[in-house]
Amino acid sequence: MERKILLKNIAVPGIRTFEVFRSTGGYRSVEKALKTMSPDEVVEEVKKSGLRGRGGAGFPAGMKWSFIDKKSDKPRYLICNADESEPGTFKDRFLMEKIPHLLIEGMICSCYALGAKTGYIYVRGEYKYIIGILNEAIREANANGFLGKNILGSSYSIDIHVHSGAGAYICGEETAMIESLEGKRGNPRIKPPFPAVVGLYGGPTVVNNVETLANIGFIVNQGGTEYARYGSGKSTGTKLISACGNINNPGVYEIELGLSVREFLYDPQYCGGIKNDKKLKAVIAGGSSVPILPANLILQTASGEERLFTYESLAEGGFVSGTMLGSGGFIVYDEDACIVRNTWNLARFYHHESCGQCSPCREGTGWMENVLHRIENGQGRTRDIDLLVSIAAKIEGNTICPLGDAAAWPVASAIRHFRHEFEEHVLHPERCGHDL
Amino acid sequence: MLDKKINHPLHGKKNKSFCFSDATMVKVQKIIARYPEGRQKSALLPLLHIAQEEFEGYLSVDVMDYVAGLLNIQPIEVYEVATFYSQYYLDSVGKNVIEICRTGPCAICGGEKMQQYLEKRLNIKTGETTPDGLFTLKAVECLGACGSAPVMQINTEFYEFLTKEKIDQILDELTLKAKEEKPEKSLWKEKFF
Ligand SMILES: Cc1cc2nc3c(=O)[nH]c(=O)nc-3n(C[C@H](O)[C@H](O)[C@H](O)COP(=O)(O)O)c2cc1C
Ligand code: SF4
Ligand code: FES
Repeated sequence: MERKILLKNIAVPGIRTFEVFRSTGGYRSVEKALKTMSPDEVVEEVKKSGLRGRGGAGFPAGMKWSFIDKKSDKPRYLICNADESEPGTFKDRFLMEKIPHLLIEGMICSCYALGAKTGYIYVRGEYKYIIGILNEAIREANANGFLGKNILGSSYSIDIHVHSGAGAYICGEETAMIESLEGKRGNPRIKPPFPAVVGLYGGPTVVNNVETLANIGFIVNQGGTEYARYGSGKSTGTKLISACGNINNPGVYEIELGLSVREFLYDPQYCGGIKNDKKLKAVIAGGSSVPILPANLILQTASGEERLFTYESLAEGGFVSGTMLGSGGFIVYDEDACIVRNTWNLARFYHHESCGQCSPCREGTGWMENVLHRIENGQGRTRDIDLLVSIAAKIEGNTICPLGDAAAWPVASAIRHFRHEFEEHVLHPERCGHDL
Repeated sequence: MLDKKINHPLHGKKNKSFCFSDATMVKVQKIIARYPEGRQKSALLPLLHIAQEEFEGYLSVDVMDYVAGLLNIQPIEVYEVATFYSQYYLDSVGKNVIEICRTGPCAICGGEKMQQYLEKRLNIKTGETTPDGLFTLKAVECLGACGSAPVMQINTEFYEFLTKEKIDQILDELTLKAKEEKPEKSLWKEKFF
């Protein structure tokens, strides 16, 4: 039996409203935290839970919280990262649309733990209707005494506001998000100092993903140890996977970490196999930034073990034969997909979204797009393939923020695993049967 | 970087004066109040969304200058933001802005064909506006709806699992609506901000 934490009550009619959410046990964690726990105890439980950030980087949440600079005399802030722009990722949207109070509840407990009096939810500008849903949830929480001044009669006051982005993938990077919240261009900051020391308006700030924060209520209620019973080994808890591409059942699924990729891909309760009975060609397992893997390597590691949805198993083999769990954006390619065209498409994305601060990223993403476009259009040269590898290698690790790496990995991994397809495009461009 | 051309000469300034309606001003004050004292610049992104909606559908220099005045910041601080984010339009757009997703997951589910079909049906290229001013077609990056690919967004509405037939139907409806005498003013900012 599949165990769920986040989407357990998703089918309850009216779960989007405060009343119904509350009747399923919602907001109990706020009562428990404020009445029976100290902020540090909440942080301790989150540490014990083993919860790792669900936004992509997978940094342990409790550890990030413990970095908050307690000596600073500036106000502290919690920012919820709802920018969700990583291609293939649409789980946060699902969560906020269906069960927004889960996020608000988690944010209240998190603000309490961090000593933050203000939380902002930074929502990508394209999700306008989500902003309406969140504002309504905040209004309800306020009206019922769980938000605002003197929560539940305590001396603690918390405000949560929704802030809208305006179309920029880079604002999902935490320091770019802070800049953007301050009303500026989304240019990432050089770290250190980390946001936990100098963040929003110079105050200590924690940025966490929607899904990360939505887990906090459960952890407060049931304890970190109970949370850690979910999942597998060090990959504790559940993960929302947004599955898309050439599959029968695209959608958002909550899986317990440790599920096998094969089962997820072929079981009718998840993806239900490849559409139109085609063969599987490749998968990008964790959002467009992580390395693409060919069918054999996504189902099994290079050493022949079953590939599982855990941070460790997906990374098994490093960049030679592994990938990453990332944001949980699971993109499936069938046998007809053209890897060259897809790689060009993603290179164009990163070029478009580079903020332009660092030359390796600004120039390199442009060159990768151009060279790939040339190959895709039948004007490629054999040495272009190594040229791409070399550009990718020169971007990686040489930039202010990880967007540079995120742009380099898809190109490097596509060539690593599908070099023959690139060569074929250079030598016999007419043979690519792909008709868009 | 955004391939947005800044073919938006500042000498295009016409010194038109703009003013939010009283009702919008109430909203604006509420938004500014979400940020700490002295941090009113944080309200810039939301206010630009509202200004774009309320005035001409795009951000002219005069509109940007007005917003700068409201927030007590320099006009350049508004220009640098408006040119960075892809949802702000610097040139006039049609009544309906069609944003078709062009990124990988949509592309492998037929997104490119849908973009081609839109161009054909509207008889314009991506980036252009129909002569009657009804539609502007733009190609955008992942809209966060890849599970329902191919996807497009028109104004604030998402349209998913696109087919040619569906596109025909959507465009027919929007064309019909535009012909109705009193165009209903979009209410999204009442609901959403
Ligand atoms: C280019 C770029 C885009 C990112 N986009 C997102 C995003 O859309 N959503 C998100 O939660 N994290 C995103 N991240 C990761 C954030 O920087 C940050 O690690 C995360 O929000 C931290 O939250 P977590 O620890 O709860 O995952 C992005 C990072 C980079 C470098
Ligand atoms: S790596 Fe790219 S996106 Fe990140 S700061 Fe540098 S130029 Fe900007
Ligand atoms: S790729 Fe089109 S919505 Fe994500």
